[in-house]
Order: sequence, then structure tokens, then C-alpha cells
Amino acid sequence: MTRWENAMGDSVVIVGAGQAASQLAASLRGESYQGNITIVGDEPYIPYQRPPLSKAFLAGELARERLFIKPEEFYTEAKCTLRLNTVAMAIDRARKTLKLSDGSELTYSKLVLATGARVRKLPLPGADLPGCFYLRGIADVERLQEFFKPDKRLTIIGAGYIGLEVAAVAVKRGVKVSVIEALPRVMARAASPAISAFYEDEHRRSGVDLRCYVRTESIAQSGGALAVNTSSGIVPADFVLIGIGIVPNVELATAAGLDEDNGIVVDQFAQTSDPSISAIGDCTNHPCAYAPTGRIRLESVQNAIDQAKHAALSMCGKAKAYNEVPWFWSDQYDLKLQIAGLGAPEDQIVLRGQPASRSFAAFRLRDGVIAAVEAVNAAPEYMMGRRLIAARARVAPERLADKAIPMKEIVQ
Amino acid sequence: MAKIKYIEHNGKEHVVEVKSGMSVMEGAVKALVPGIDADCGGACACATCHVYVDAAWLTKLEPMQEMEKTMLDFAEGVEGNSRLSCQIKVSDTLDGFTVRMPKSQH
Repeated sequence: MTRWENAMGDSVVIVGAGQAASQLAASLRGESYQGNITIVGDEPYIPYQRPPLSKAFLAGELARERLFIKPEEFYTEAKCTLRLNTVAMAIDRARKTLKLSDGSELTYSKLVLATGARVRKLPLPGADLPGCFYLRGIADVERLQEFFKPDKRLTIIGAGYIGLEVAAVAVKRGVKVSVIEALPRVMARAASPAISAFYEDEHRRSGVDLRCYVRTESIAQSGGALAVNTSSGIVPADFVLIGIGIVPNVELATAAGLDEDNGIVVDQFAQTSDPSISAIGDCTNHPCAYAPTGRIRLESVQNAIDQAKHAALSMCGKAKAYNEVPWFWSDQYDLKLQIAGLGAPEDQIVLRGQPASRSFAAFRLRDGVIAAVEAVNAAPEYMMGRRLIAARARVAPERLADKAIPMKEIVQ
Repeated sequence: MAKIKYIEHNGKEHVVEVKSGMSVMEGAVKALVPGIDADCGGACACATCHVYVDAAWLTKLEPMQEMEKTMLDFAEGVEGNSRLSCQIKVSDTLDGFTVRMPKSQH
């Protein structure tokens, strides 16, 4: 076993026990960081992966223990103390201490906020009735699963990744699914119109009652069930899943006077406005050369992992600016959607391949440069697209659209 | 259950007992074997669990699915015996299976 000598009395305290926290602990030890590491998490679990929650875990195809990012022994071996079921209450920046919900205090030389995000609550009457669910953690899924029975009626509010992934799992289980989306198309924030249209067809063909451009007005109890009142009439339901996005957990930071702007504001080294405090993952607003405005808050595994790695480098005196191409994925039915880069409304969109073939991609060009790729069952487009985005490559739209030219030869 | 041998790029060997049904990637991660990142957690979405398979074993594995094949096609340092370890499911017949890790997953 490796022994960690802590001659300097250094101590890193990480608030949050998700993907970013786990990666930071691993990367710090990978860089031979010698100080103490403590992870404070409000859930009862060691760090686990969230992406499978709305996919294989919900479907019952992945046991809970396979969600854990690293086994418990990792934290023991890495001398990383886990303080689970514990809420971080307040930061005292002058004394460099963190107050915890059990009344104790931790002293830090470096504090890292990996506080993540929480579900956005639907601010409508009835949204808190029994039978209305949100999905963010293991406990949410375990509650939801009890309702996953054939012929039960599920109404999903919001057609983003969470809503659509749950819809795909539910119809496969024989649940009768309706999806209500306020915007004119599904995944409007994440994908191009052609991708949205393709997924709308797929869901409808699988039996999902999908209603776009429909406003949810309230949820009411009706007999032994629920009634979702919408601008296109009443949708009856036995249970409701609300998936309308997440909000970053910034309160600990703002109460301590750190800069906040839709996320905790950090620089390219994950540094907040206090040199002793960093922030990583979903909770951060960070510089990003691929974002149209130059800054962004991302909700992704990629960002959690890469920002954690860069924070570790910075804390170990090897600072390197974080500037990775963002990437995302979504599994629905037998379709893998892989996205790299970030879109903007004014992008020129170039389709490659036919949606009817169930393998195609949408490239986004900004001023002639490849800015993003959205690939459906199209790994070459996605993998090559990622490289081209990083290289800020220019490819003529007619070449991109020509399937006869292999992706490896797409750059002239 | 199968004994899987993981060989790091520097030659260090790790023999791990992996439960049937788990992936070769999960076996490494659970046993703290370095050299397999698996950023996406096994969704065949990132190609950071790339391994080289001993030639004798290549034909004994289930054939690659299209997605794995194409993801690998664009990964770094790919050889004829490259696989994504998240896509290799462990069964009793894999006892003695050996993989080598590349220098880097990125």
C-alpha cells in the first residue's frame, strides 16, 4: 500500500461526492499529492455514476453496486476520508474551515466545491402531489421503479435527455407513456431540428404519446390517479415524472461571497474568486473556447472528469488551462446519440446520411469552422468530428454531406 | 468467475478474479488496476478503456458490434488486436484471459 506523508499538514476538502469529486481524489493521488483528502457528500452512497440512472439502472439491467465509480477500497487505499450523509453548511473563508451538518468542522488548505446540481422544480399547482417524481439520484429511481408496471400510465413533463430516456425504458416495460414538452421540439436545447424530428418519430413509433408545444398548467388528483392539465387538454396518469432541467448548487459559495453567475464562476484552472477555493463539475461557470459566448456551465460527465483532472494538476503545481471539447451521449432504444462541441442558433447545419437509415449525423458550422457534431449511431462522424472541432477545422459543407467520402478523408 | 490478467504499459501484471456478467473494464476498475479510464462508465461512448488482447484469445471472444468497431477505428494507437474492454463480457470461459493496456487512453 502506498503511504501518504503529510509533512506540511495540507488538507483538501471536497464538497460533493459525485463524478467530479471521485476523479479529483484519484487525480490528486495520481499526481502524488501527499495531503489529507476528505469528501463530504449528502447522499448515503460513495461516488456513483448518474448517466445510467435514467438508462440501464432504471431498466433493471444494472445492479446498484455497478453504479459506483470506484470500489470503497479505493478511498481507503488512497487515504481519502468519506463523510457521507453529511451536508456542508457554511464556509469560513478567513479561518479556512467548513462547517458540517453534524456540528463538526473541517480545516482546509484547499476547498473544492463539487456540489453539482439539483432538479429544477416545476412551479405549478399539484407538482408536489404523491405520484409526482423527479430523477437525479439512486433513491429517486428506486421510488420510480415501483410504478414501472405494464399498463400503468406515466406522464413525463419535459422532453430533454432525462424525459426521453425514461420514456424509452418505460414503453419497453409496457408502461403507457405520454410526454409533454413546452417547446416546439424535443431536446431543443441539445440538438439540431433534424435530430429532434428523428427522435420524435422514433418515440411515436414505439408507442409514446408525444405532445410538443404544449404547456403544462397544473396537476390534480382525480379519483385514485392524477390528471395533468395542459394547453391541449387533460392527460390522465398513474404517475408523473418531471424532467425540466437542473439548477446548480451555488448557495454554499454565494453565502461565502464567491462570485456566481449561473454557476460558481471559475477560471481555466477551476479557481474561484478565492485562491483557496476551487470548483469543478456541473456547479461551475467556466471559460470555454467552444461556447459561443466564451463561458458556459456544462452538465456532463466529460466536464466533471476533465475539470477535476485540471484542478488536480493546478493544485499540484502543474497548472494547465482547461480547454477540452465538450461531449455528451444519450441512449434511447437501440439508438446512441453522441454529441461533441456546442451549438449556437446561427450555425449552418449540414446533414450527413439519411435519418431513415437510423445512422446519420448533423454537423454545425460556425463561420465555416466545424463547431459541433450530433451523431446518431454514427461513431465515425462523432469520433472524427471531435478531432475536427478541437482542430477548428474547415470542411466544405458539400464534402461533409457526401457519404461517399469516408470521415478519415474528409479533410482535404 | 474468471481470472483475468491485466498488464500495464510498463509491464506490471495484475491478476484479478472477475465475476461473470461484468465487463473486463469493470474488473479492472473494481480492482484498482491503473491504465483503464472508462470515462463514460461502459456505455461505449468514449473509447477510454482501450486494451490489446492476446492473439490466442481474439477468436474466442464474441465478435465486435459495429459501434465498438467504429469507435476503435478512431481511437489512438489502435492495432489489429485492439478492443474496448467495456464491451467484453466476462464468463467462465474467459479464465486466463490476458489484456495489455496502451500507454495512454487520451
